[in-house]
Amino acid sequence: MSDFLAAEASNSTARTLTITLFLVFVAITLGITVWASRQTKTATDFYAGGRSFSGFQNGMAIGGDYMSAASFLGIAGLIALYGYDGFLYSIGFLVAWLVALLLVAELLRNSGRYTMADVLAFRMRQRPVRTAAAVSTITVSIFYLLAQMVGAGALVALLLGIRPGTTFLGMDADTAKVATIILVGALMIIYVTVGGMKGTTYVQIVKAFLLMGGALLMTILVLAQYKFNLSSLLGDAAQQSGKGAAFLEPGLRYGVESASASATFYSKMDLLSLGIALVLGTAGLPHILIRFYTVPTAKTARKSVLWAIGIIGTFYLLTLALGFGAAALVGGAAIREQDAAGNTAAPQLAEALGVEFFGGDIGGATLLAIIAAVAFATILAVVAGLTLASSSSLAHDFYANVIKRGEASERQEVRVARIAAFAIGAVAITLSIFAQSLNVAFLVALAFAVAASGNLPTILYSLFWRRFNTSGALWATYSGIVSAVVLVFFSPVVSGSATSMFKTVDFSWFPLSNPGLISIPIGFLAGWLGTILSKENDREKFAELEVRALTGHGAH
Amino acid sequence: MTTDVPDSAAQAADPDRQPAPATPARSYIAVQDSAEFAGLRRALRRFIFPMTVAFFLWYALYVLLSAYARGFMGLKIIGNINVALVFGLLQFVSTFAIAWAYSRYADRNIDPTAEKIKADLDAGEAK
Repeated sequence: MSDFLAAEASNSTARTLTITLFLVFVAITLGITVWASRQTKTATDFYAGGRSFSGFQNGMAIGGDYMSAASFLGIAGLIALYGYDGFLYSIGFLVAWLVALLLVAELLRNSGRYTMADVLAFRMRQRPVRTAAAVSTITVSIFYLLAQMVGAGALVALLLGIRPGTTFLGMDADTAKVATIILVGALMIIYVTVGGMKGTTYVQIVKAFLLMGGALLMTILVLAQYKFNLSSLLGDAAQQSGKGAAFLEPGLRYGVESASASATFYSKMDLLSLGIALVLGTAGLPHILIRFYTVPTAKTARKSVLWAIGIIGTFYLLTLALGFGAAALVGGAAIREQDAAGNTAAPQLAEALGVEFFGGDIGGATLLAIIAAVAFATILAVVAGLTLASSSSLAHDFYANVIKRGEASERQEVRVARIAAFAIGAVAITLSIFAQSLNVAFLVALAFAVAASGNLPTILYSLFWRRFNTSGALWATYSGIVSAVVLVFFSPVVSGSATSMFKTVDFSWFPLSNPGLISIPIGFLAGWLGTILSKENDREKFAELEVRALTGHGAH
Repeated sequence: MTTDVPDSAAQAADPDRQPAPATPARSYIAVQDSAEFAGLRRALRRFIFPMTVAFFLWYALYVLLSAYARGFMGLKIIGNINVALVFGLLQFVSTFAIAWAYSRYADRNIDPTAEKIKADLDAGEAK
């Protein structure tokens, strides 16, 4: 009984601390946002932060945009529960940056202005291509936004320790989820509408420092616990997981081998499909692409990607220690009891480390509170980046270039971008409240698959293929989006299995839960076919695009 | 065609009447066709295309081994550290190494030419 009371007391300490730290983060970032709003005068300030950021600053901000809660909590959780297979995700997410570095970042920076579509539509008919790019930007961003906001809702009850039957400020767990989604949505709308790209970038930088600091601290503590002997950490993790040596090998989660030969075949295909979407999706994510516009030159864009690769790579190495640390020190059973998907592994590890290193329950509560607050900061920063990307595209691509045919003034455009951020935020809040039962990892994987199938082929063809034209761009974009979404709709993710969205009906015919293996080739093939079936080809505009992309001449 | 000088179009524009006119498209084709620009394009593509193929195959090999060569991936090297873990960490090493190599290559073989062509174009516009 006294144990229970002590646990309740430290739970309430942790809760108060989490909320206090989170409010401090919100206060600081809102302060930055208001400051940034005073510096935001032109459209370039709003969309691209005045192109004034350094390579290091933008590298941190890219890290802040990219290291989502799905990376931090999700991957650490996957490693804690499934061991090695969680690591597969990290590797795909990191290697993907080479596509961005070698093929996209600098050329995009040189030839575009505010959005992805600036490059895609450069030598095409503006209105159809910009419409397609806006559709694709918003599709990818909404899936990604839903993942983050649903994740935030799911986490709040766990991170604040609201158990079934108990309440917090008069809210039970379900009400707290909805309240969190609304709060996160409201804050992201404020960051974007008030602070624009400048404010959002600083929020990303602050968040990246906090996240790296938190992950680094926990990693050092985990390794210290094992006297910096990696092998004994792994051995303990394998033993505590109850899976033995298999825990350290691929195959517990992806490409699972079972008695049925066809199930094994599809499971392995699914692993390949996930792998290809992870590595090709990053360079097609609109909220990442617009980050390259926040620096003055292509060379700085290159430097920012180099920083980003260093920061993101280090972070994923840290999550490896966190995941195996959680498996060893918290144990698979205790993690599953809190959250079957493993999303609470990192906070639980923080609590265990705090108890071990910082004097008992209060230390545990403190470290838990810090890591929980970092997790919320992470979610908040990522959703702000996504909202900015979609509202920029709506205002710059759809409003200014499709509706107004390029005749809108800067002032009008920025006003529309602010209204669009508000609208996207409202839509995201509403959808998230209704989509609470969706699997977060599935939504992230879908966003990557759509980006890899619809955006990447169009970007690469635009930059490197002389013959490419409007028809090819439209075919690639639309068939990439549609094939990815349709294949997922008819996959076991949506219907026909115990883990589906609709468990009781079965209209699935596509056996893989990741569509990339099919939809990415469809995107590339459709782009090629659409191109050769149309005679259109603007030789002059391609010359201009290529000269500008490679030299930086006339760059905005 | 390749003998066209990039600056030829600058004469076509009338600098007195229009403030800083955009370089007419004809000069972009001339620049694109110039030997200097072709050299820049070649220098860039000579690095990025083979390297993209290389890291993609290297990554694909890793994913394929994870799916189909579980026995090999499970071999222990030292203590509990197995091939799978080392292979995964090598993907990190190769990513860092390629990024570093590209940055060196671009500094030496791409940036100087790109800056020269850009400077010529800008000078042509300013005339």
